[in-house]
Amino acid sequence: MKRAINYTPGRPSRLMLALLPFGLCIVIYAIGSDMRLAENPGDKLMPSFGAFVDAMNALAFTENRRTGEYVFWTDTLISLQRIAIGLSISAILGLMIGIPVAFLPTLRALFGPFIAAFALIPPLAVLPILFIIFGLGETSKIVLIVFGVAPFITRDIMLEVLAIPREQLIKAQTLGASTWQMIVHVVFPQVIPRLFDSLRLSLGATWLFLIAAEAIASEGGLGYRIFLVRRFLSMDVILPYVAWITLLAFLMDLAFAKAARKTSRWYYLDRAA
Amino acid sequence: MTEIVIEGLAKSYDGAVVLENVNAALPDHEFCVVLGPSGAGKTTLLRILLSQEAPSRGRILIDGVPIDPEPQKDRGVVFQRYSVFPHRTVLSNVIMGPQLSGAPLTGRFFGARRRALHDQAVALLQEVGLGDHLSKYPTQLSGGMQQRLAIAQALIMEPKVLLLDEPFGALDQSTKKAMHRLILDLWQRNAMTIVMVTHDIGEAFTLGTRILMVDKARRDPQAPDAYGSTITQDIRLDPSKKPQLRVVEEGDDEASTMQAIFAQYRERASDCLVDKPAADNDRASA
Repeated sequence: MKRAINYTPGRPSRLMLALLPFGLCIVIYAIGSDMRLAENPGDKLMPSFGAFVDAMNALAFTENRRTGEYVFWTDTLISLQRIAIGLSISAILGLMIGIPVAFLPTLRALFGPFIAAFALIPPLAVLPILFIIFGLGETSKIVLIVFGVAPFITRDIMLEVLAIPREQLIKAQTLGASTWQMIVHVVFPQVIPRLFDSLRLSLGATWLFLIAAEAIASEGGLGYRIFLVRRFLSMDVILPYVAWITLLAFLMDLAFAKAARKTSRWYYLDRAA
Repeated sequence: MTEIVIEGLAKSYDGAVVLENVNAALPDHEFCVVLGPSGAGKTTLLRILLSQEAPSRGRILIDGVPIDPEPQKDRGVVFQRYSVFPHRTVLSNVIMGPQLSGAPLTGRFFGARRRALHDQAVALLQEVGLGDHLSKYPTQLSGGMQQRLAIAQALIMEPKVLLLDEPFGALDQSTKKAMHRLILDLWQRNAMTIVMVTHDIGEAFTLGTRILMVDKARRDPQAPDAYGSTITQDIRLDPSKKPQLRVVEEGDDEASTMQAIFAQYRERASDCLVDKPAADNDRASA
């Protein structure tokens, strides 16, 4: 009898195992939904898969009579735009603050503790402040994402900068590098893979803050729609939207992973993941 | 011409004395090996030479001028690890230095200047035996090849002094021999001064024209930190009179393979070789 940790599933069985929990969820839902609908055909809590298709058909492939828009796609576009802007700003801030602050001892002494404290402010607690300052428009939603994600990315970048071996920096100086050149040619390229990892890990938080902001004050977006139709107990809309958001997040995760490999081939040469 | 003078050097950390009263004068083209047990402060001495750390007392002069308080181009270095940049290819690692000091803003050469540097770097890489690996990343190289790269990266800056901090400590014996040959070769051809730190006595005698032993001269068992290390041995070796070490003989590639070294040791141990047990022989013949 082998020890459990020494059993390694082969490729085909790994795929099967990976799909199993997904399939199981769908099957359990189908059974539950059937049972409830058999008892009460008007049940709204667990709609059938047919109801999902109908609801999505109405939202995604039929023009809205009032606005002439395809609501589902407009929602998706609005939300993705907010996420793209929010994450880009967070990434840029993370690099522009994280690298110099971690790299220069004086800046580290000046801002290190402040950034550590700042990162602990619960972003949702300051959401009302953001609404008051930036109004209810796009700005406050993007600021919320930045507020929630940028400190995390900044601290992650800082840790990565501090992990660069001292020897490399000494060597760079013996090659005549200035501080600026070390930032550009030694530090920056080496934190890029970590930036992508950091963005991947922030995706969950990003969507959380987006949906929170959209739920409270918005005129569109995936989170807005979910909280709008909640009033009508429209599970036939909410569940597909949740699945869609999950899929989008998954695809973004995949895209970041690919981008990291593309931009930093050296980093993945001796790493499996 | 490069003359290094170390005057009354001392270094202590929070009251723990590591080095005290270190004096030495290295004439031009010296291959100086700093030898000492672990923790004796030989690496500290190298770091002070590099300006990675400041001495508590004393000073170091190169050609009569005190060394800059920061690491500079006049002193190249190869560490035991992490000497090369993992995000750059072999060639890109070597052309990095001249570009950084030659183009302060972009760190990049263009046109004819770039081509000239490129050719120089390729020639140098061929010299250290990496001519076939120009576009590989350091993680794709073996330990010995990474050190060759680190040496080439330092040499292209034409430093007055090359500082080596146990550069071959992590290499296997055959690779180490090949590296010894390489570094002696480069040292003879480039007429530079080398200061190398090691704890390998054999290596020190193989390579050095000057051996400085760093160790504690005085010990206080009640206060082990009270006294630091100083230079306890200072000898000179004439490289031309040295018994020609197998390592430096031309066309002697076999002597540097693991097989050959094993054969040497086996020969030396011939008296104590034990016949294989009978059962083993049976299995071999069966």
